[in-house]
Amino acid sequence: MSETAPSMKKFSFFFLAIVFITLALSIAAFFQAYDAYMLGEIENVYFFVLIGVSGLALSTYMVFQTRRRALKLAFRPPRIATTILCQKCGFKNIRDFERGDFIFKETEECPKCKEKTKITSIFREVKEKKKRWG
Amino acid sequence: MIPEVSQLFPQDNILGWIIQIVWLAFFVVFMFYGQRIQMYVMLREVQSSLFRLKLIRDKGRKTAIATIKELGKPKEDPTPKVDQFLEYIAIAPQNMDPSGIVWKLEHILDVRDTRFKDEVKLMAPEADKTQVNNLENTLEAALALNIIYKVIRHFYLLGKKTLSLYIIMQIQMILPLIMKEAEAFASALKAFSSGQPIGDGAGALVAAKLMQGHKKRKIAKDVVVATVPLEGRTAYVLKAEGPGGNVGKPGEAMKNIIEENGGKIVTLIVIDAAQKLEGEKTGEVAEGVGVAIGGPGVEQYKVEETVLKYKIPVNAVIIKEDIGDAVSPMRKEIFGAADTAIERIKRLILERTKKGDSLIIAGIGNTIGIGQ
Ligand SMILES: [Zn+2]
Repeated sequence: MSETAPSMKKFSFFFLAIVFITLALSIAAFFQAYDAYMLGEIENVYFFVLIGVSGLALSTYMVFQTRRRALKLAFRPPRIATTILCQKCGFKNIRDFERGDFIFKETEECPKCKEKTKITSIFREVKEKKKRWG
Repeated sequence: MIPEVSQLFPQDNILGWIIQIVWLAFFVVFMFYGQRIQMYVMLREVQSSLFRLKLIRDKGRKTAIATIKELGKPKEDPTPKVDQFLEYIAIAPQNMDPSGIVWKLEHILDVRDTRFKDEVKLMAPEADKTQVNNLENTLEAALALNIIYKVIRHFYLLGKKTLSLYIIMQIQMILPLIMKEAEAFASALKAFSSGQPIGDGAGALVAAKLMQGHKKRKIAKDVVVATVPLEGRTAYVLKAEGPGGNVGKPGEAMKNIIEENGGKIVTLIVIDAAQKLEGEKTGEVAEGVGVAIGGPGVEQYKVEETVLKYKIPVNAVIIKEDIGDAVSPMRKEIFGAADTAIERIKRLILERTKKGDSLIIAGIGNTIGIGQ
């Protein structure tokens, strides 16, 4: 297999530069706002505070965006439950799925009546997010 | 107090100037390079998805190799053989003259299947029949992941090389669907490697529940049938032979049963999992007419030919699920839907047949993790 796949660094240089410039500009804006306040130019104070706050918001948003993407890569395997039922006395046992289990397989002895038990179900449970369009 | 627009850009200090210039540069850049920037953004999006696809594929390949080692206990390392397997291709028959193409396709699929099974047996000499089937399914999922990755990589590199907006755009637009499919295959691979029943097996599960406690016999390649008395009728219940990963040849089986009975089959009930639309509930049971058999269409064609010859009505009972659920471990809702489907089948039988009639109930789908 020939591999020319892209390699992804955690943060690219370009991306970090943008974040830092935005951050520096917004901090500078806060200083300017302070200066303007001292000079009594109220309109300029509003303007610089606005620039500063939006710059800060933008840079934090960018950083969080990449964090979220990194988190999404994690993959959690779902829990699969195997239900074993005794055909005679109705003894029921639910345990985690093991390799070799299959539905309608005759398995271990029933701990109560020593009869063969059967796997009656294997399934995974999913907690569904609230639906709005149902 | 709202400052005027001109006041938003104070011109009496350095920062004001900087912002003015940035503002202007912004316009100029977007005017001349807007499309190019958009293209780079898209390309980056494809790149990050491609990276993710590579992760998924590599993980799948690793799982496949580990499972082969665990179940098959090969004497030599199966890695080079697995890598060779992942590049396998099957060429569809020429369709310029489509008459008879079904049989050509079936032949190629048969050859492919035999070849795959032989290959798996070589890779995993210690595996039993069920495990060989499961391993074959696992490898097929890994193969699918590899193909998806390679196709997306092809378009990514092509887009990068040509910088053509249209090449990049067409791949970027379908990317969400492709990622969904890849994730489905990844969870299928996991289920196959450990032999867990999957959502697609809903039809097989219904048949397995109906044939419990009755004698089974083989009727076609990888298909078993049981004669089950149901509401005073004789039902031939069939499914793929489990618990190994298998879809069998249900079409062939139905054809054989109909011909065994000289066409004296009153109705056919086919149960299968079907793709739901977004917004529909998973595990919903719906009824209809027609031969509900998915896949390449060969089996569906066989049944349609036979029922046409004997004029047998075909009823379908479908269990709805989305593509992700179809290939990942069976959800509780789908498992529960099997009982609803059985109720529907019984009602259908009472409505559509008379006492003493014979009918066929076919549970379609991959029977992995479902015995009989
Ligand atoms: Zn018991």
